[in-house]
Amino acid sequence: MVETIFKGVGSTVIRLLRYVGQLAFLVGETATSIRVAPLRWALFFKQVAEIGFGSQLVVVVTGAFTGAVFSAQTFFQFHRLGMDSAVGAVVAVSMFRELGPVLTALMLSGRVGASIAAEIGTMKVTEQIEALRSLGVHPIDYLIVPRILALLVSTPLLVAECVGLGIGAGYLVATKVLGVSKAYYLTNMLSFTTGRDIKMALIKGMVFAGLIGFIACEEGLKTANGAAGVGRAPTQAVVIASLVILISNFFLSFLLNIFFPAGAY
Amino acid sequence: MIDVFDLHKTLGTQEVLCGINLRITRGHTYVILGRSGSGKSVLLKHLVGLFQPDVGRVLIDGENIAGLKERQLGPIRKKVGILFQSGALFDSMNVGENIAFPLREAGLKDENAIQTRVAEALEMVDLTGEEEKTPDNLSGGMRKRVGLARTIVSRPACILYDEPTTGLDPIATDSINHLIRRLQKRLNATSVVVTHDMKTAFHTADRIAFLHEGRIYFEGTTEELRASTDPILVNFIEGRSGESD
Repeated sequence: MVETIFKGVGSTVIRLLRYVGQLAFLVGETATSIRVAPLRWALFFKQVAEIGFGSQLVVVVTGAFTGAVFSAQTFFQFHRLGMDSAVGAVVAVSMFRELGPVLTALMLSGRVGASIAAEIGTMKVTEQIEALRSLGVHPIDYLIVPRILALLVSTPLLVAECVGLGIGAGYLVATKVLGVSKAYYLTNMLSFTTGRDIKMALIKGMVFAGLIGFIACEEGLKTANGAAGVGRAPTQAVVIASLVILISNFFLSFLLNIFFPAGAY
Repeated sequence: MIDVFDLHKTLGTQEVLCGINLRITRGHTYVILGRSGSGKSVLLKHLVGLFQPDVGRVLIDGENIAGLKERQLGPIRKKVGILFQSGALFDSMNVGENIAFPLREAGLKDENAIQTRVAEALEMVDLTGEEEKTPDNLSGGMRKRVGLARTIVSRPACILYDEPTTGLDPIATDSINHLIRRLQKRLNATSVVVTHDMKTAFHTADRIAFLHEGRIYFEGTTEELRASTDPILVNFIEGRSGESD
């Protein structure tokens, strides 16, 4: 019994370490490629369009409705304490520091991560990646670098969009529907929201972009076993990326709070 | 052109290649025969650096490619092209873009020159005017032809064919066999064909190697193979499993 538990834990730890090693290797290969190989601009812009423009609907809906409902829920609690005017500050700081980056990243891991894993996975099992190699084209240069860079550029912008829409929707719900004073709402929001909150949102966006990109690419590149493998790759990419985003967000919040402490002072 | 010395490769727990020695001379067509799963494709992929040997050397024009890093293999891969079993066409591109891909990657900018080369490659594989078709609208035989056009468009000195007739009907198989022969004459390229199809082997080969249990079991001309009385070779040539109903 004890032996079985140890074996189970041991094999899980080894699998985890191996996975981290594979990701680290992919990160290293990508860094080398960025350094030594010319960037394929056409592929990069295609990916920016795919990730940036293609994710507009999910980001707009996520940001707006999260901000709206968060504003309403905050009001329902704060109203009993006579703190209606603090709703704006709570919504804005929460959107910047947590909800905007995390929800955008989770939506992107579902939409973009799954698509990257499926596309690269299909190319792997249909020998297209070997074909690239046989034609003297490094798959990291051609497939991975444009996607990673496009994610790193697009995600912070999408986070900013999500946060902006969330704050805007929260403002409308609080002031137009729930009757909070516009002046107090805005004054409190602006006095409690600082440049540090914006920096935290953008840095988190970039970190999550890297995590989504590398996990999705890794899942795609290691796809095997034909159609079944191609089916598994996006699922794995979304599940792993989502869990890693949520867990890393906890540690990242503490780390970034050292450099960008919350509050208006 | 290609020399293989004492090549060993293990995949998982199975030793697939156990000491392969081969010499493939320039301008000839060399067929590697063997049963499914005998390691033919693994051997072929070693010749273009898609696999790295555990032990042994693979020399292309005297340069050992075993152990070279992916980025160092680029110049070698300009000399050696490979046609994959499935054609391995890029499904995000149409036929013309697929064939133009190696030219664009090689830095050719003149669009007229690219289109001329694409048209010429398509003419060589009897698919003139099919540039705009997408891979999902092509039959298995056409996919292989387009894959072959993409391989030959940059004029490699050696063309590797991985199971070029697998999955094709007899007419398409015959057509591909003639195409391999025709291209070999027209381009004067060295060809290495991996197959288990005896018709393809006898039609295309100058020399034949038979791979059995990870080793080269036989190596010689088509006449020598036909004349062999070795039971393993005879059973393979005649397609006899030795089982009864």
